[in-house]
Amino acid sequence: MGKDFVHPYIPNSVPKIKREMLDFIGAKDADELYAEMIPERLLLKNEMQLPEPLLSEQELKRHVAGILSKNKTTEEYISFLGGGCWQHYVPKVCEVIQSRSEFLTAYAGGAYSDHGRFQANFEFQSLICELLGMEVSGLPTYDWGAAAGNSVRMASRITGRNEILVPRNASPARLSILRNFCGSVDPKGDIKITLVDYEPETGKVDLSDLESKLSEKIAGVYFENPNYLGVIESEGAKISELAHSVGAESIVGVDPISLGVLASPAEYGADIACGEAQPLGVSMYAGGGSCGFIASRDEERYVAEYPLRILSIAPTSVEGEFGFGQALYSRTSYMAREKAKDWVGTTTVLWGITAAVYLSLLGPQGMKELGETVLEKSHYTAAVLDELSGVEVPYPGFFKEFPVRFTRPVKEINEKLLGHKIFGGNDLSKDFPEIGKSALYCVTEMHNLDMIEKLEKALREVFA
Amino acid sequence: MNPREYHAPRWSEPIIYELSTPGERGFIPPTSEKKIKEKIGSGASLIPEGMRRKTKPDLPELSQAQVLRHYLRLSQMTLGMEMEIDLGVGTCTMKYSPKINEELAGLIKDVHPLQPEETLQGILEIAYEFGNKYLREISGMDTFTFQPPGGSVGCYNNALIMRKYHADRGEPHRDEIITTIFSHPCDAATPATAGYKVITLYPDPETGLPDTEALKEAVGPKTAGCFITNPEDIGIFNRNIDEWTGIIHDAGGLCSYDQANANAIMGVTRAREAGFDMLFFNLHKTFSSPHGSSGPGSAGVGVVKELEEYLPVPVIVKKDGAYMLDYDRPKSIGKVRDFMGNLQVVLRCYAWCMALGAKGLREAAEVSMINNQYLMEKVKKIKGVTLTYPSRRVDQARWSLEQMKKDTGVGIGDVNKRVIDYGVQSFFTSHHPWLIPEPFTPEPAETYSKADIDYWCSVLEKVSEEAYSDPELVKSAPHNSSIHKIEWDGFNDPERWAMSWRAYRRKHK
Repeated sequence: MGKDFVHPYIPNSVPKIKREMLDFIGAKDADELYAEMIPERLLLKNEMQLPEPLLSEQELKRHVAGILSKNKTTEEYISFLGGGCWQHYVPKVCEVIQSRSEFLTAYAGGAYSDHGRFQANFEFQSLICELLGMEVSGLPTYDWGAAAGNSVRMASRITGRNEILVPRNASPARLSILRNFCGSVDPKGDIKITLVDYEPETGKVDLSDLESKLSEKIAGVYFENPNYLGVIESEGAKISELAHSVGAESIVGVDPISLGVLASPAEYGADIACGEAQPLGVSMYAGGGSCGFIASRDEERYVAEYPLRILSIAPTSVEGEFGFGQALYSRTSYMAREKAKDWVGTTTVLWGITAAVYLSLLGPQGMKELGETVLEKSHYTAAVLDELSGVEVPYPGFFKEFPVRFTRPVKEINEKLLGHKIFGGNDLSKDFPEIGKSALYCVTEMHNLDMIEKLEKALREVFA
Repeated sequence: MNPREYHAPRWSEPIIYELSTPGERGFIPPTSEKKIKEKIGSGASLIPEGMRRKTKPDLPELSQAQVLRHYLRLSQMTLGMEMEIDLGVGTCTMKYSPKINEELAGLIKDVHPLQPEETLQGILEIAYEFGNKYLREISGMDTFTFQPPGGSVGCYNNALIMRKYHADRGEPHRDEIITTIFSHPCDAATPATAGYKVITLYPDPETGLPDTEALKEAVGPKTAGCFITNPEDIGIFNRNIDEWTGIIHDAGGLCSYDQANANAIMGVTRAREAGFDMLFFNLHKTFSSPHGSSGPGSAGVGVVKELEEYLPVPVIVKKDGAYMLDYDRPKSIGKVRDFMGNLQVVLRCYAWCMALGAKGLREAAEVSMINNQYLMEKVKKIKGVTLTYPSRRVDQARWSLEQMKKDTGVGIGDVNKRVIDYGVQSFFTSHHPWLIPEPFTPEPAETYSKADIDYWCSVLEKVSEEAYSDPELVKSAPHNSSIHKIEWDGFNDPERWAMSWRAYRRKHK
């Protein structure tokens, strides 16, 4: 790159223009200006040692695509992986809307200039609330784990208590995130996490263990539905009732794609609901599709504890016209810094808009049909696998994921499946040794009979 | 230059629920094959008793073209960065994100994060090399993670490392962190979430320079460390930053550098020489990824060798030419985000750096700095606009409209609404507290041409003229927006606020 090189991303790299600007400023060059601001001892003396650039778009594309071609994808392989990031079909309209320049490149504009973005965000809040049976939600957060972390901290502030109960069938990754959210510098300031057992026969929360650990010190009971092991917590109402009996909040984490067919968390007593919106029309992006959400009833004591930006609808000076704005904005760290409710930042709003498009496309009937298809295909797969020798599906009553127990190590089986161009389920053996040599299988509407039969055939071969 | 008159699209688009027609649908999911149905029965029968949804969710019912049209109209009523000269939104670094990088990011959309490592080699290579080749050279830090999915999580991540580091050394009594009032709010809020007491230092009231004497008074045996943005959010570079890190280190603390927008100092000055132990970049800002209406973005967190063992798991490592995910790190803080973060953002940033190289990155830094000096020369001539502190600014400057407000009654809130009538985005009004009254903070990244900057300044100049000649014209703005004046008084009122359509219907219909 010579002295007179002009880069397409940098218009004022044109030497004549830059000279004009420097003359206008009254400076010789950039170095002179930097020297005025940054002391000599902190200025980098040498040029950075970096790879030679690829200046043409064509070469750049070939280079990056070449590296990425070393990946295998779930289009080339049949995947049974889930565990927090799930393969669902992404309707084309979702991709079209999320690729729109206006949404893709907007950021922090105002309620007038970005009216459309504000409305799309309000519609996300409205649609997710409808699935959950709640009346308040905010802009999305980073992922389910962050949503759970904020929810638990909200419950602690609402109740003025510092202990929560979490069943051991929650996601280990989310539990790790939760432990960070609940920790403090002074251990006395921690929110103490007590784990509750799950029933070995069903994979569901052990109600008697839960009951024995409840006390007036508990701020909330956090459980997932379906839980990490895929099982539907059919005693949700009982869990909420137990939590409420000691004045604790019932906090439920959900996979919203199940809610066309499953009861909403509000129906079984949840006070705060949270979860992961990635299944709602967002691609997996190697884990980059995560999009957490939080929702609750419309009560000031809940709203006041949200860290998120929350949009409210409002009238304008013209009859029948709507505008939108930030509700109770003074809670947020943008206003209150260290006195804020946790913090807020750049999260996953583009995925929230995508989820709104998804729910608008599917509507009530589409969500119901999709839920039924997922149930049928996952249960069919489980039934077929359960009939194989060396293979067992221990828990009934799941939605789209289920552990599969093998008589041989999962690692060995997954290596063999890879040879059949199949990604076997995620290995649970380390995090859930009590289930045995098991893997978490995920089956969705993406799997057709042919794919399921390929898995069946491959496993038959493995155990032959 | 007379700025063009812009009129925003005004679709008067109803809330999607109002467009619903019972029975319409926009999408049909696949059904199960006959063989599946025969063996399993109907999906509804597979749900445990009591957990079946009794009434379908009240979602809107629209056909496909109608859904598309609705959201396209909403998109049109959004002034995205690609549509205009978006340099009024300082601290946000609204730079161009090359369109080719969108296509490249799409190449990982069907990759699952838990696939076997050997099937993730492409994306792991990009993340590893971006950290180890680019960010290491740009920052001087030793090891990187991209798990934090936004700048603030990067900052929080560093507070967790600080917390664990002191706990491991048997010094949990170190419960104070130090920041400055012109560091980004996340430098105060995320350590507070981690359990720290926050001491905020104020600058010299005359010069605006961070006050080293105040720092010396603030440190002590309880100091855990500092969280500092530099250049600060008002654009001033702390010239004594290495002395600051020395003072914190002498007190036994760690130093975390907020390099969220390091746009104008890439290749110019680094965290390493400034004495920091860890830092975070906002990759979507400094290294270009579309901001997505507020995410997904990504942090790039870098730490010195001594803190490497605390990084969140998994850490991407390279062994015998293969990239692997290392979970076996007993001192790790655990996880701050599921999986590996927003790798599609990292991938775009890799491509951006690859398109620029060492000279190009330095050129981007220099030009964005020069752009700011040029803009400042023009803005300071505009009536009613003042610069609170005299020092030269790096990438952006925080200006005040206090004089204009005194003279005309027109403040930043009004100007912000009027500028959109000329087709530029409302200014970023700056985070609170407003130490500098009636503030705005333009940041002209390298993306903007001289003509762009001239245009933007002409808008501000025009609105200033209007404020002094016809203040009502500005106060009653926007005149050409998608909507008319919003009634603001309900947003803090539990009786009137409505965060969902169902709450709205209950309260207002």
